[in-house]
Amino acid sequence: MAELTAADRSDDGTVISTEGLTKRYRGGQLAVDALDLAVPRGSVFGFLGPNGSGKTTTIRMLLGLIEPSGGTARLLGSPMPQGVRRVLPRVGALIEGPALYGFLSGRDNLLRLDAADPTADPRTRTARVGQALERVGLAAAAGKKARAYSLGMKQRLGLAAALLQPRELLVLDEPTNGLDPQGMREIRHLVRELADGGITVFLSSHLLDEIEQVCSHTAVMNRGRLVTQGTVAEMAAGARGRLLVTTPDPAEAVRVLKEHGVTDLTAEEDRVCGELPVPDGPEGAPPDPADLNAALVRAEVRVRSFGMERASLEDVFVSLTGEGFDVAG
Amino acid sequence: MSLAEPEAGTGAGAEEAARAGSAARTGAAAASRPVSPLWSLGFLRSELITTFRRWRTLALFGVLALVPVLVGVAVKIETSGGGTVGGGDGDGPAFISQVTNNGLFLVFTSLAATLPFFLPMTVGVIAGDAVAGEANAGTLRYLLVAPAGRTRLLLAKFTTVLAFCLTATLVVAVSALATGALLFPVGEVTLLSGTSVPFGEGLLRALLVAALVAASLIGLAAVGLFISTLTNSGIAAMAATVGLLITVQIVNSIPQLHDIHPYLFPNYWLSFADVLRDPIYWDDLLKNLGLQGVYGAVFASAAWARFTTKDITA
Repeated sequence: MAELTAADRSDDGTVISTEGLTKRYRGGQLAVDALDLAVPRGSVFGFLGPNGSGKTTTIRMLLGLIEPSGGTARLLGSPMPQGVRRVLPRVGALIEGPALYGFLSGRDNLLRLDAADPTADPRTRTARVGQALERVGLAAAAGKKARAYSLGMKQRLGLAAALLQPRELLVLDEPTNGLDPQGMREIRHLVRELADGGITVFLSSHLLDEIEQVCSHTAVMNRGRLVTQGTVAEMAAGARGRLLVTTPDPAEAVRVLKEHGVTDLTAEEDRVCGELPVPDGPEGAPPDPADLNAALVRAEVRVRSFGMERASLEDVFVSLTGEGFDVAG
Repeated sequence: MSLAEPEAGTGAGAEEAARAGSAARTGAAAASRPVSPLWSLGFLRSELITTFRRWRTLALFGVLALVPVLVGVAVKIETSGGGTVGGGDGDGPAFISQVTNNGLFLVFTSLAATLPFFLPMTVGVIAGDAVAGEANAGTLRYLLVAPAGRTRLLLAKFTTVLAFCLTATLVVAVSALATGALLFPVGEVTLLSGTSVPFGEGLLRALLVAALVAASLIGLAAVGLFISTLTNSGIAAMAATVGLLITVQIVNSIPQLHDIHPYLFPNYWLSFADVLRDPIYWDDLLKNLGLQGVYGAVFASAAWARFTTKDITA
């Protein structure tokens, strides 16, 4: 049995891999452009990008809903969309928000989705549906018609559908959308718990905090292209920190720091921010922050606090896509 | 929030390996699940239950059941003074003048009254909404990643629409039979050719008529399903199917277009009256079944070709 499954998964430790994956819609719009994505097994993979950058089209191609117009996509080692019947029972997915039958109860919604999976055992169906509802905290509302659910409850039911069977991979598109802060924390906790149980999680989100908190790896898309991918730690290292000085003498501090090669200086009330020179730049080695502090004190600038502000993923994101979260044109 | 926090960088080698290990276990568990081919039928069952328990479907059945009651009551009121219905044979639905003699004829009258528009309209609603309605609600993508399989999903949908055709026809027939038996005398059935058959045989012929009427709807069901795969709007698919039905019925009633009539799916619909001859006149009945078969095969194949290659963007 073990050999059989090993052969079945000729994915060399990669659960999702794409090569030159391209989608051009009828009408010529290039939604995804030669995407090379590699999601390592066991990772919590954050998939980032502004609206309209091709994330959803990519996810739909990975799940066999959209046929690529070029390149290949492999999911759990099988090419998509050919491998749909074989692979998808081992994948749970939440795509572009939950979609429910409003005229069915939450429980009946799950029973129907489970019946759609030909590998799901009908003898354990009721029990598995009950467990999934329990897991997302919906057991009490399971008998209510889904049209009466709030967005957060719908989101939870969508997650429950992804957890009906033991999965190897979860593809979650904006799983915390519409949830209150408490709900977000619960879902994040659930994602971590699933990841610790060995499930690879492919998570697309607009909330960079969320990616920072739960993801081990990340990729950024912009205008249909992959801008970068790697571990979250690598991405953070790529972003240079900013110098932050709090002082009652901002004008003087700006002058001193400028003399020492600090660029992009801004002073807002008592906060002075600046960029350290690039390592190996024209001025040679960047100044040690300790020397800068000493220089400030020597110039009789009163310093309340002095430190490096670490770049957040958001800074990295904005520097990569150059447009924050505006819709790509 | 800073990236320097240890939990953000979980890329540590040991942890990675541990995760990969347990992932392999999960994978083994998933891949070794024994699967029975019978489980594939679970979705058809779910589809049937979902469709037939839906309030909208029940409302359609309710309206269909009401038609024979209205016809029966109207005939009863009009003839209570001893007069005849519609002032002779030319007016009103077929067989309506025989209803007063035998309640069983209300079955034929009701089917003849509902078959041109009413009955096929309900089929248009169900067939048009079959795939497009799921796309509209977004549930289609979840069914497909479950994975329901596109061919399997379409087969379940088509089977369910056909089941609806049969049930809808039976609803009209049974309601008509009950109303007819309640309001009018029943007994020996005088056929169109003048011979009389016992009530039992009359009932059997009524059942055959119902089956033929249900089969008459196969063509439209397939057309509706095909239209349903063309759009992501359930309402649009329903409207298009019903609109097409009305157009074809109008074309079918224009004598100048007689040459194309034999190719229109409703052309032989009222041929079911031939069951009430002795012996049964099979010519048009078989032509009808053949035409429905061709429409069914062509449009079900078109629906399949469209649906299995379609990009699901809804």
